[in-house]
Amino acid sequence: MEEMSKKDRMKIPRQKMPEQDSFERSSNFDEVNLGFTEELARMEALRCIQCPKPSCTTGCPVGVKIRDFIELVSKGDYLAAAAKIKEDNALPAVCGRVCPQEEQCESVCILGKKGESVGIGRLERFVADYERNTSGIRTPEVKAKTGKKVAIVGSGPAGLSCAGDLIQMGHDVTVFEALHEIGGVLVYGIPQFRLPKEIVKAEVEALTKLGVDFQTNSIIGFTDTVDELFSNGYDAVFIAVGAGLPYFLNIPGENLNGVYSSNEFLTRVNLMKAYKFPEYDTPVFNCKDKNVAVFGGGNTAMDAVRTAKRLGAKKAYIIYRRSEVELPARKEEVHHAKQEGVEFLVLENPIEFIGENGWLKQVKLQKMELGEPDASGRRRPVAVEGSEHLMDIDMAVVAIGNGSNPIIQKTTPDIEYNKRGNIVADDITMKTSKKGVFAGGDIVTGGATVILAMGAGRKAAKAIDSYLSNKEIW
Amino acid sequence: MYKIKHAEFLAPNIKKFIIEAPKIAQKRRAGQFVIIRVKDGGERIPLTIADSSLEDNTITIIVQGVGKTTKELNSLSSGDFIQDVVGPLGKPSHIEHFGTAVSIGGGVGTAIAYPIAVALKQAGNHTISIVGGRSKEFVILEDELKKVCDEVYPTTDDGSYGFHGFVTQKLKELIDSGTKVDFVLAIGPIPMMKAVAETTRPYGIKTVVSLNPIMVDGTGMCGGCRATVDNKTVFVCVDGPEFDAHKVDFSLLEQRNRTYRTDEQLALEKHECRMNNLH
Repeated sequence: MEEMSKKDRMKIPRQKMPEQDSFERSSNFDEVNLGFTEELARMEALRCIQCPKPSCTTGCPVGVKIRDFIELVSKGDYLAAAAKIKEDNALPAVCGRVCPQEEQCESVCILGKKGESVGIGRLERFVADYERNTSGIRTPEVKAKTGKKVAIVGSGPAGLSCAGDLIQMGHDVTVFEALHEIGGVLVYGIPQFRLPKEIVKAEVEALTKLGVDFQTNSIIGFTDTVDELFSNGYDAVFIAVGAGLPYFLNIPGENLNGVYSSNEFLTRVNLMKAYKFPEYDTPVFNCKDKNVAVFGGGNTAMDAVRTAKRLGAKKAYIIYRRSEVELPARKEEVHHAKQEGVEFLVLENPIEFIGENGWLKQVKLQKMELGEPDASGRRRPVAVEGSEHLMDIDMAVVAIGNGSNPIIQKTTPDIEYNKRGNIVADDITMKTSKKGVFAGGDIVTGGATVILAMGAGRKAAKAIDSYLSNKEIW
Repeated sequence: MYKIKHAEFLAPNIKKFIIEAPKIAQKRRAGQFVIIRVKDGGERIPLTIADSSLEDNTITIIVQGVGKTTKELNSLSSGDFIQDVVGPLGKPSHIEHFGTAVSIGGGVGTAIAYPIAVALKQAGNHTISIVGGRSKEFVILEDELKKVCDEVYPTTDDGSYGFHGFVTQKLKELIDSGTKVDFVLAIGPIPMMKAVAETTRPYGIKTVVSLNPIMVDGTGMCGGCRATVDNKTVFVCVDGPEFDAHKVDFSLLEQRNRTYRTDEQLALEKHECRMNNLH
């Protein structure tokens, strides 16, 4: 195969990733994408023309050496490929699954100009899975202990990647998690069918082996404040608590039974395993043969609507106030949702929930049309007068984003926050206005992606390492 | 895992647990709660901290066995372990020197009212406690309250002990007999809290209740515990759990607490069926 000319290689079509049959999967929680086989992976890797100046790397928020790892895949050296990715990305099995590659590395792939870009995400996923399933996640070398201690607040993607880097640098690392399980949004938010929890668990176990100390049931602010972490002997603190305060629509009837935030609905199903009730103790609204509407158009909305479908919903709708073009969710998620029978009602805005005996029965919708572009550059949805109409629904999930959780702000007022309650942190070092305290991920940016949070975690680790070696940061 | 140092029944189906939880014991203040998960696969339930000991590094919780989780918890004994205990959560009670403060506990609600009564007394209030129960055996913590309060009035619905009648009747009697009440705290079943709110409303007495909605994380992340207070939506876990009783929409609270009634029944039946088979 290595003998193939560049021209021949460019003729190879983009390889499809095998996936579970859409009918079958719409009633189970098993992973939808099945991943490349070795043959498919090598074929896809051969499509890469090995640009001398690869633009894909510049499209990656953490600068993974994509060309180089793909070359290793094409040669069949998958473990070396995994090691190459891990030089820049601590969680490739996760990012290979949930990164919006089509907006990042793949969007700038030269092949995409005329045809289809290289399936970088699929290759990343293959390589990480190959490593985990064959040799096991390889544990990198850990430098001699520095005697310095770092506290990481939050065990989502930012916290985990920061922990991974700092432990390798020889620092002692404790990760504090408010919930009873490690992984943050990777375990409570993203569903099993998109990111199996076993993958997160394997990553966490690898970090534990390296010596990272994980403390569950620890709400920094309440259990210990940030200042107390310093008095307990920590030399630096990285705050990566995510954006955990759900926005609601603020319309009448929103507190009726059957109206959920996406956080609550997904936490019940993912973290608490309500889809296995009563084997597991936590219940969730019984969606069986019911009509479920999810309000919002992002990835979380897609996760929620596809979850409802799997819980047996007769009809599962996405209701979005702009048009389909503006849906912020990944195309793949929208595509998968449609395949599974989710219906999309666009240019519709909820204005009231109507109930009976305390239970949601209907939603009053208003038709929208697109007007002039707004601050986000997207055309602003404008209500069409007299277009109100009722729709029968039994359950609603509000998935319109998250604000910042106020616990750290209330208990650590001497950090600078913006008016939305996000922590103000330096772009390069992630340092905050408080000495010794760094922050990154959604608590700084507002709701964003796993890869950005992970990138912030790594930047912070680098800066914390400098700070702990007495370099001037503040 | 959190060790149960001591467990004992205070009343039929109401059990007191002293649990090793050093961090929470150091931090907790009156009115705050913990979230407990009894075992792996279990649900997360909020329980108010009734007491703590800095010497023993323990917290005390008092639990009424109602659903599967609380019954499972109440089947544990001294030496057993609880999977997860997290806290202290929620805002501490707002305590100040009001003058005369009446603390009202109904059933297991007395367990929650107790630490607040202690704090009210410490703040210099003339503190009166009304302890309600269906019958004598459900009147709990009377002795403990007597040690800290200036006046303690047990009441029973059936007249088997103390004042014969509801806590609200006793409260009204106190007010009408000339006791100048400056502050009322009421914790118990929703109908009781609602009734106390209606009793004090005409007198304009500042009244506070502690709400007990369904929760998952307890940190403001899910919004499942939302309630309406003063026509605004609040998250009880982070904005509460205590609110102005005259502004709480109790019907909504009752309604939302019914969300999983069918599921809870199913889980309980399954649990009891299994327990019976074991015996």
